[in-house]
Amino acid sequence: MSFTLVLGTLIVLTIAGFYLGRSRSLASAGGAASKLHSRPHYYGYFVALWCGIPTLLILGLWTVFQTPIVEAMVQSSLPDQFLNTDASQMSLIMNDIRNLASGNITSGEITPTMQAAADHYVSLSRTSILAQFVVILAIGIAALAYARGKIAPQLRARNQVEKAMMTILIVCSIIAILTTIGIVLSLVFESWRFFEKISPVEFLFGLEWSPQTALRSDQVGASGAFGAIPLFAGTLLISLVAMCVAGPIGLLSAIYMAEYAPGKVRGTVKPLLEILAGIPTVVYGFFAALTVAPFLRDQGGLFGLDISSESALAAGLVMGIMIIPFVSSLSDDVINSVPQSLREGSYGLGATKSETIKRVILPAALPGIVGSFMLAISRAIGETMIVVMAAGLGANLTANPFEAVTTVTVQIVTLLVGDQEFDSAKTLAAFALGLVLFCVTLCLNIIAMAVVNKYREQYD
Amino acid sequence: MTDAVMNELHTDKNASEQAARDRASHASAAVKRGLKKRYAAESRFRAYGIGAIAIAMCFIVILFTTIISSGLPAFTETTITLNVELKEDVIDPAGTRDPATLVNANYRKIVFDTLLLEFPDVTSRTDRRALTAILSAGASFQVQKMVTGDPSLIGQTIEIDLPVSADFDLYHKGVINKSTDEADRRVDDKQMAWFDTLKERGTITSGFNTTFFTNADSREPELAGIWGATVGSLFTMLVTLLLSFPIGVSAAVYLEEFAPKNRLTQIIEVNINNLAAVPSIVFGLLGLAVFINFFGLPRSAPLVGGMVLALMTLPTIIIASRAALKAVPPSIREAALGLGASRMQVVTHHVLPLAMPGILTGTIIGMAQALGETAPLLMIGMVAFIVDIPGSITDPATVLPVQVYLWADSPERAFVARTSAAIMVLLSFLIFMNALAVVLRKKFERRW
Repeated sequence: MSFTLVLGTLIVLTIAGFYLGRSRSLASAGGAASKLHSRPHYYGYFVALWCGIPTLLILGLWTVFQTPIVEAMVQSSLPDQFLNTDASQMSLIMNDIRNLASGNITSGEITPTMQAAADHYVSLSRTSILAQFVVILAIGIAALAYARGKIAPQLRARNQVEKAMMTILIVCSIIAILTTIGIVLSLVFESWRFFEKISPVEFLFGLEWSPQTALRSDQVGASGAFGAIPLFAGTLLISLVAMCVAGPIGLLSAIYMAEYAPGKVRGTVKPLLEILAGIPTVVYGFFAALTVAPFLRDQGGLFGLDISSESALAAGLVMGIMIIPFVSSLSDDVINSVPQSLREGSYGLGATKSETIKRVILPAALPGIVGSFMLAISRAIGETMIVVMAAGLGANLTANPFEAVTTVTVQIVTLLVGDQEFDSAKTLAAFALGLVLFCVTLCLNIIAMAVVNKYREQYD
Repeated sequence: MTDAVMNELHTDKNASEQAARDRASHASAAVKRGLKKRYAAESRFRAYGIGAIAIAMCFIVILFTTIISSGLPAFTETTITLNVELKEDVIDPAGTRDPATLVNANYRKIVFDTLLLEFPDVTSRTDRRALTAILSAGASFQVQKMVTGDPSLIGQTIEIDLPVSADFDLYHKGVINKSTDEADRRVDDKQMAWFDTLKERGTITSGFNTTFFTNADSREPELAGIWGATVGSLFTMLVTLLLSFPIGVSAAVYLEEFAPKNRLTQIIEVNINNLAAVPSIVFGLLGLAVFINFFGLPRSAPLVGGMVLALMTLPTIIIASRAALKAVPPSIREAALGLGASRMQVVTHHVLPLAMPGILTGTIIGMAQALGETAPLLMIGMVAFIVDIPGSITDPATVLPVQVYLWADSPERAFVARTSAAIMVLLSFLIFMNALAVVLRKKFERRW
């Protein structure tokens, strides 16, 4: 008896509801559809919705709460000797029981109590699924019968179905808000727990980052340091390098495409540039780590420069390539929306095309271009895979692009990938970093969008 | 008026007189010089633009040639053809043909002995070990599979193509060669000599690498394949599509067709635009905190991966769908309303079908984005080393881009080619999806 089976039964029941409702409506009108308030299939939908929505809701809630409830029941049924253990010990025990129940390898040896708890766990889960099946089937059939009983020629089925559909549409639009709320709440909540251990001042202004908290207190670096300034500096350095690449290339190609290129060239070059934005970032990361970084290191060696093989330069360069289309597309749009009259005025005064661009169009389009740069910077700051694969891990407070630096996103990944315990400062730090990342990119985006929109209004 | 201002006026006057003179003599040398300069600046500026585009194109070309040139070798594999004698006294001495005995028999010994027979003069222990290193660890599994599949083979001598280990594969392809110092390479001179002898005898062949397309991940590069990751990607994309398409289209329909212009809808709109620009890794953090820690869903599962990616692609789909809905002219709506359709009927019977090509195009592009996404999946544990091909959306799995990341991280040199090959497969999926979107747009796009 599994989730898929329950879901399948539910779907079959709903479809059955549709046909039963439709045939019932026709029967109630004596076979003459014209006597019905709504067309027959609306009665079908009416019954199907009555049957499908409550059961689906119950199924969803049941699935979500089944595991925690079963685990709480198993936990409370454990012998007294386990009850006094602290939370982390308890989670370890529960983990073992879970593994034992699903037939995986456990960490310690299997004691009879553990085995009993695991058996209990399995039987509870089984009962739960069985109960779920019965409850859903019962409610589904009851709802079906109720809705079918309500069918009469004068039932305003279409209006009711449309009302239900409208509610579904509204719920779907609210999911977007729920996502944001979810992001903010999860980040804030976990960061709060982090800031209970480490003060925000130390986190935001500390100069040392070494999140490895040792297992034993007598090890070296046992305390761990959570000063995030080196990460912010590293992120900015790499973003700066990236913008030094993407800024000029993106802007100049946008100018060329908007002002000089004939339609045909524009039609081919623009999609080609967009390819750069469509390539997965992991590909760029591989390219940076495998080709660009060794190349730069070797070239640096020729000129007597000591370029690290995980240099900020390599990561920044490749990231710059990636964000070229972000700069060029938006700048292109912005330049195109500068009114033609400004250009004609300038030509009329005898200016050449490049003089017009430099003295008239660019100043006029400046806010939009600034907006596009800000969006590109926010992309660069939030970019993960390139830096994870090509930048370093060591927090290094430097402005030298030839050295290895680490970034906020790299640290989030390294802190959270692999084994993790959920109450250590180390893993919680990732959420605090995520919160900073979210806030900074959000601010950049809001400002950039406001600037671009304001600019658009000016010429519309 | 101060002296300074007076002076300025004076020079201004001088300058304007000069300009007047210049205008009078239109072709004066000074103007010509100036014009030449200005035209030079003009063509320079134009050249900058062309240069910028050329540089960007260069990057694309370099990127693709690097990937393709380093990935192509992975599509061929080197095999060694050996006449393996399936000795009954090694496989099944009791003669019971009991499946358990057949599975656990020492096939390693059988394939190793066969190879050692080719070189009777190799006797010392270390040499024998060095010689058998030519064979992949997968060779004995292959024989095992053959025997358990068809026990009647026991006792016969059959010709089998067995995979060679990754280092010798690289040697055969010329990636490892004699020019590097013997101490720095993983194939020493003696092994190279043996391998060359085998080559002369014609037992070494290379062919299309089917292993790469049928296997899941493995520690042995020659046995590692992308099928597991591809299936994982398919499951993940399925979940993403099933969630994000209906939700995204419904949200777009509501916002575009029904929503009153009030504060709430305004907030939703701003919110969707902002969500589109939130770094993908933040969605990973959300998935970890909410789906895994709060709801207790399984880690590393396509279910959670698909849910996270669905949230991530939702804004893309909503924005594209709204644009498509907006493009349907109001006259269609008015005509339908005039015939007595309800607003919901107008949307479901007329507007939505007309907007569908645009909506599908946006959805495909959003799915292509999701297919290439790595960072949020790292957060929810899809980076585990998984040898099994996932069978359902709750099995631990990995996806193509994460497989690329895992292989790129691997120190084994043979994985470099495989990484590039996996990237090529991933990129062909993406190119296919984008081409589909373009075709769809071209074919069904209607200008009203």
